[in-house]
Amino acid sequence: MAKERLLVAEFDTPADIVHAAELLTAEGYKRFDAHTPFPVHGLDKAMKIPKSKLGWIVFGHGAVGAIGGFALQAWSSTVAYPMIIGGKPYLSFQAFVPVTFALTILLSAFGAVFGMLFLNGLPRWNHPMLNSRHTARMTDDKFYISVESRDPLFDENRTRELLEKAGGKRIAILEAP
Amino acid sequence: MSAPSIATKIPIPPTPPDEKLVTGGLRFSDVTNVVAEVTEQKTPRNWYIAFAFALTLLGVFGVSVLWLLWEGTGVWGLAQPVGWAWDITNFVFWVGIGHAGTLISAILFLFRQKWRTSINRAAEAMTIFAVICALMFPGLHVGRIWMAYYMFPLPNQMGMWPNFRSPLLWDVFAVGTYFTVSLLFWFVGLIPDLATLRDRAKTKVRAMVLGLLSLGWRGSMRHWINYEKAYLILAGISTPLVLSVHTIVSFDFATSVIPGWHTTIFPPYFVAGAIFSGFAMVVSLMVITRQVFGMKDLVTLGHLEKMNIIILVTGTMVGYAYAMEFFIAWYSGSLYERYAFINRAFGPYAWAYWTMITCNVISPQFFWFKRFRRSIPVMFVLSIMVNIGMWFERFVIIVTSLHRDYLPGAWGYFMPTIWDMGLFIGSFGLFFTLFVLFIRFLPVIAISEVKGVMPEADPHHHAEGVEEKAPLRTAEVG
Repeated sequence: MAKERLLVAEFDTPADIVHAAELLTAEGYKRFDAHTPFPVHGLDKAMKIPKSKLGWIVFGHGAVGAIGGFALQAWSSTVAYPMIIGGKPYLSFQAFVPVTFALTILLSAFGAVFGMLFLNGLPRWNHPMLNSRHTARMTDDKFYISVESRDPLFDENRTRELLEKAGGKRIAILEAP
Repeated sequence: MSAPSIATKIPIPPTPPDEKLVTGGLRFSDVTNVVAEVTEQKTPRNWYIAFAFALTLLGVFGVSVLWLLWEGTGVWGLAQPVGWAWDITNFVFWVGIGHAGTLISAILFLFRQKWRTSINRAAEAMTIFAVICALMFPGLHVGRIWMAYYMFPLPNQMGMWPNFRSPLLWDVFAVGTYFTVSLLFWFVGLIPDLATLRDRAKTKVRAMVLGLLSLGWRGSMRHWINYEKAYLILAGISTPLVLSVHTIVSFDFATSVIPGWHTTIFPPYFVAGAIFSGFAMVVSLMVITRQVFGMKDLVTLGHLEKMNIIILVTGTMVGYAYAMEFFIAWYSGSLYERYAFINRAFGPYAWAYWTMITCNVISPQFFWFKRFRRSIPVMFVLSIMVNIGMWFERFVIIVTSLHRDYLPGAWGYFMPTIWDMGLFIGSFGLFFTLFVLFIRFLPVIAISEVKGVMPEADPHHHAEGVEEKAPLRTAEVG
């Protein structure tokens, strides 16, 4: 695989980076990203990022938690270890609601957190953005656009010009080591 | 909200200082600095003093636990008829404390209460530490703790399975889930802030440790989309969870047949009490933390006032529940039920009952007055009183109901031993040790979330031509 190269530009305000993202999208760039200290609202539309699929992952996990949780209780109370307790039937399903509920929530939470990391390709400790101090303020108060060299439209000079036109500063090439 | 087309053009006068979420004219980098510097500076001497104090209490806890394990639960004052006393009181007390954290992080998030951002991190940490303390008590109360795995549905050589019809087992799952989900929620919130600390790290070791913990977060907008979704979902599932946890805790009592316990009001009453005590704990801790670390512009008087209003509301709900319990006891016509409540208020534990009423029902009423809601000393004293009162509430419910039930021949009076006290006081040591470590090493305020609610974070915010000191706020569109 060719080395990953990024052309990054720095912006000062949320408005500037939304504007720059709109410009790149209008030119037809696909493989670019924005790096911001907090989610900037409207930037997702400017970059044409599709809606997150996380909800489906969580739903799947929650369903497994609900069905599995109930099945565990039903099976262990009727088949594996049937005992009459408090004169209740073996399959006293009303009493199984709290644990079923708790396991649904538990599995959904796992789905939400690990699904989010999966969709984001995290953890990933090696990335051009992380290998340079140049963009260290991306988690503080600056906003960055990074255009990947793999983008079909990528041309070092022309992309640089475009970013300059958008008001980008401290434009530089970042590489994975 | 007025029509957007007009509203966007009309500048709204500067927000009064106490209504702004971040005061003192802070910029993004200032927020980063204020919060991050706490974790980067040389350890202040006061921190060592606080840590030593917490460790001392933790030592008390350790000794109490060791002696308990060596001798057995007989070292406590538990005896028939009071088989549940301080340990379960402490368990319910600590679980309740935790609830405010989840309420702030989840429910207020769903209601778009932006003021939560400055307190949610610390409140969530408090939740996790309080639940750790809570889990100690039932864990130790099983007596032979090396058998604690019996509580989990693990296949074993005896072919035994737990009894899923028992509320005590529901507790294992409810509180276990609550702890796990709170921890995940907290960690997800920490990821961007750990990345902030990583990018500021001065030493290689620090950069590596924080780099590992932040999972390679690079603030990518494509990541933020999934991140925000995960955060929303976690808030959405934590909301029914937090309401269910104390409901299930109350089932421990409500599903029994003991007069004073067997009531249907318990679930909502316990949840209100949990939020009440939890917010009191948040106020106590934040008053100290903001003072010590100079974060008065981030945790403002306005934030504290809002929490005091919640304390007033939930405190009054708790007071209503106390009254309703009495009414239902009378209305039920059950002699045992009536006796249980008369005995509560006028029996041998009347001192505990009236302590509870004073602290929980009377003391929050001071918050009707704005002057008291905004006074640091008043809110500090009242929040401590509420915590004392809420501990007594659980003590009153548990001990007064058990010590005199149906047969007068089986009545008794519970007295704690020094080991009961050691374990309870020691559990504060566990809590404080964890909290003191947290405020030293992790960002106590959610940096990225605070930035996200500042007016400058809105792409439609235009600060040009407006004085720095009094930024004009234009009405939000849509």
